Amino acid sequence: MQALYAQLLVGLINGSFYALLSLGLAVIFGMLNIINFAHGALYMMGAFVAYFLLNLGGINYWWALLLAPIIVGIFGMILERTMLQWLTGLDHLYGLLLTFGIALIVQGVFQNYFGSSGLPYAIPDQLRGGMNLGFMFLPIYRGWVVVFSLIVCLATWFLIEKTRLGAYLRAATENPTLVRAFGINVPRMITLTYGLGVGLAALAGVLSAPINQVRPLMGADLIIVVFAVVVIGGMGSIMGSIITGFALGVIEGLTKYFYPEASNTVVFVLMVLVLLVKPTGLTGRAA
Amino acid sequence: MTTLTDDTLPTTPRAMRDEMIVFAVMALLLASVPFTGVYPFFVMQALCFALLACAFNLLVGYGGLLSFGHAMFLGTAGYCSAHALKVWALPPELGILVGVAAAFVLSIVTGYISIRRQGIYFSMITLALSQLLYFIYLQAPFTHGEDGIQGIPQGRMFGVFDLSKPTVLYYVVLAGFLGGFLLIFRIINSPFGEVLKSIRENEQRAISLGYRTDQYKFLAFILSGTLAGFAGSLKVFVAQNASLTDVHWTMSGEVVLMTLVGGLGTIFGPVVGAFAIIAMQQYLAGFGQWVTVIQGSIFVVCVLTFRRGVIGEIAHYFRRSL
Repeated sequence: MQALYAQLLVGLINGSFYALLSLGLAVIFGMLNIINFAHGALYMMGAFVAYFLLNLGGINYWWALLLAPIIVGIFGMILERTMLQWLTGLDHLYGLLLTFGIALIVQGVFQNYFGSSGLPYAIPDQLRGGMNLGFMFLPIYRGWVVVFSLIVCLATWFLIEKTRLGAYLRAATENPTLVRAFGINVPRMITLTYGLGVGLAALAGVLSAPINQVRPLMGADLIIVVFAVVVIGGMGSIMGSIITGFALGVIEGLTKYFYPEASNTVVFVLMVLVLLVKPTGLTGRAA
Repeated sequence: MTTLTDDTLPTTPRAMRDEMIVFAVMALLLASVPFTGVYPFFVMQALCFALLACAFNLLVGYGGLLSFGHAMFLGTAGYCSAHALKVWALPPELGILVGVAAAFVLSIVTGYISIRRQGIYFSMITLALSQLLYFIYLQAPFTHGEDGIQGIPQGRMFGVFDLSKPTVLYYVVLAGFLGGFLLIFRIINSPFGEVLKSIRENEQRAISLGYRTDQYKFLAFILSGTLAGFAGSLKVFVAQNASLTDVHWTMSGEVVLMTLVGGLGTIFGPVVGAFAIIAMQQYLAGFGQWVTVIQGSIFVVCVLTFRRGVIGEIAHYFRRSL
């Protein structure tokens, strides 16, 4: 039973990353009509920024949790201003190709300087050790990742679905021209939205740094799984992305316990099944 | 919304004639390679990728479906051909047949799943499916995991052509490439190809005219996947191995890049793009991961400023269809 709970916890942690990343993808897709292939590379950058902050600037984990998403978010906004904005009005597929190119550049540069091996990032002192819950031993840091990710996901949901800013955002997704006519600076909102989505990816990167080592290719395979998550859940609903992300993480964790050979592939197999039964995805509208 | 390809070009009989002339020049140039001292291995490798890119282009350039998983056909056909040649000791022609048949079956299955969604979702689904296959091949015993299938015997094609001789192998690969290319050329100019283009331009209108667009897209997917598999089977004879690199998503990305550089939806673009990218990899092999950075930069530059690609720009300048 211990092993089962341990795998469930691993599943929840992976689910946190799936949720944070697919949430960002959905927010970006809503405003920019772009599937951000660079999302995995920006997640990796988040982890590296945390690593640099600690080792070069002596800035600890807690500040990194705040600063890394801001730094990577600004980098993302520069990308949006200099490149992505020129794709407005073109076929969606160009956005995929452009961000794929950006991902190759970012990953290639990091690989040149850091190879393919992982760099260690220590768990902060306050979150070391573990708790005995009676039925299992819970490493505190892992519990923290799950709880904190859930809070961030729900906060993002609240921001978009329940606040005035979020209402502008949803309105601009539906009809940007009309929203502009009301005097709202839609291009700036698009830039900020891209920054927000990228920031969420970077935050996931910082969270994962102490668990998975900091590696240049840490986001490359992850992003493909997240794409499958997005296909399963659809990008129409924020809450849908969060729930699908966590649920698939848990299913993956269970697979690791019951049938480890399939743990790499279970999300893709589920995607195939969902497509066969309900081609529009679980929460999705038709694309 | 602008589409992926340049639609202002004429498709008159005169344009067909231009294309046939360019094809004849290309075939002559390629046929004379063994007499020029150019390294034949490089050209053979480029020809395999050129055929792969042409097959990919059939789907994206004429059907408007951007597959991000075409490596799965290349790799699957490669593995199956390699297994048939090495373990079952089949002659080359049957080895190729086994690989192509495997790609055919795979394209039916993956096509059935992926054409249920369009646009961006189609790309993500094909990418996820190819990653699924990657993990299966990583674990399956017959692929030998990280080592791949190595030391594949080349044998005698039809009992006559000794493929271990570089010149003979070159002409066999060239014949395979030209055959595949002509088939794609024929498909594009057939009534089927015309319907496919109309679906790319405006699917709703094609539906309202009574075309079952899903069936056309499905057939295009199968043709594209099977031809990509043919490229993978040919590649086995050139490289004499089949490895995980051929199924990895980076390979799918390279095919997209080749076609983008040469020109999406142009007939000769993928060939030019494949030669350009393979040559670049050859010359920059010593620069490690900077090759990835350069490839990424080419993606960015092409998408931002050079969407027609090399052949697309030339065709646009001369107002011809190439």
